[in-house]
Amino acid sequence: MNFRIHVRVMPRTGLLDPQGQAVEHALGALGFNEAGDVRVGRAIELHLAAPSRAEAEARTRQMCDKLLANPVTEDYLLQVEEG
Amino acid sequence: MLDVAVVRFPGSNCDFDALRAAERSGANASFVWHQDNDLKGADVVLLPGGFSYGDYLRSGAIARFSPVMQAVRRHAEAGGPVLGICNGFQILCEAHLLPGALMRNAGLTFVSKPVDVIVERADTAFTSAYEAGARLRLPVAHGEGRFVATGDTLRELEAEGRVVLRYVAASEASPYQPNPNGSANHIAGICNPAGNVVGIMPHPERADDALLGLGDGAGFFTSISKASVR
Repeated sequence: MNFRIHVRVMPRTGLLDPQGQAVEHALGALGFNEAGDVRVGRAIELHLAAPSRAEAEARTRQMCDKLLANPVTEDYLLQVEEG
Repeated sequence: MLDVAVVRFPGSNCDFDALRAAERSGANASFVWHQDNDLKGADVVLLPGGFSYGDYLRSGAIARFSPVMQAVRRHAEAGGPVLGICNGFQILCEAHLLPGALMRNAGLTFVSKPVDVIVERADTAFTSAYEAGARLRLPVAHGEGRFVATGDTLRELEAEGRVVLRYVAASEASPYQPNPNGSANHIAGICNPAGNVVGIMPHPERADDALLGLGDGAGFFTSISKASVR
């Protein structure tokens, strides 16, 4: 089976995210004062062939733990789609 | 004569400076390419600064998987001295040879200027030429130098005395330049438990001669010749 995987890597909650702060400040300067708690992360997409959805997710978690995210500073979320 | 290997990745910089600084300290220094599988028998390894693999994904994240890093890991685990400077420090953290991570500077800007640091550990292979407590003026040049680690890791680093260099605190009334990047505990450099693997953000190889404007970095290289090696 083929899968399309969306990985969302975000700075861990509680760690200073200066990029998010800078974007929040810029949004405020543009008049979007209602925007708050802005955080900037990274999105990664990949195709994967695997025998099952569970296997596809397990393999992608290994990729995240080894390379795509830094376990010290980042958390990740996976979204797995068939196709 | 000691053999020093300077590892070059695509995007390394100050690699010639590091080679030259090692040679000036009396060592025999040579380059090792990132795709090499061995260190050619080197006694000491230097991982220079720069932007290996374009800093893609995260600084040091790709370099960690280059073939030469397997050899660096074996060398480190056997007790061989390894110094990571700037990007080299980032690579050592990504490779888990040192704990923690280096994140985007708190001020977001790339910081390139001299800063003042305190030598907290003068018994590593790279700092034995200094006195503990010595203040050094060294250049930094990085966008991602904010040292971050879990509370447990920070407590362990402090309890075990593994902070090698510390920026002077901004709150301290002194003429010295304070923490330039928001590093936890003002950390500018750390070592592993055995003390043979050291990572620092400042660039001593850019400051090893008064002719360069700064000479305080020379001790990192003259320390090497005193190092007890395998």
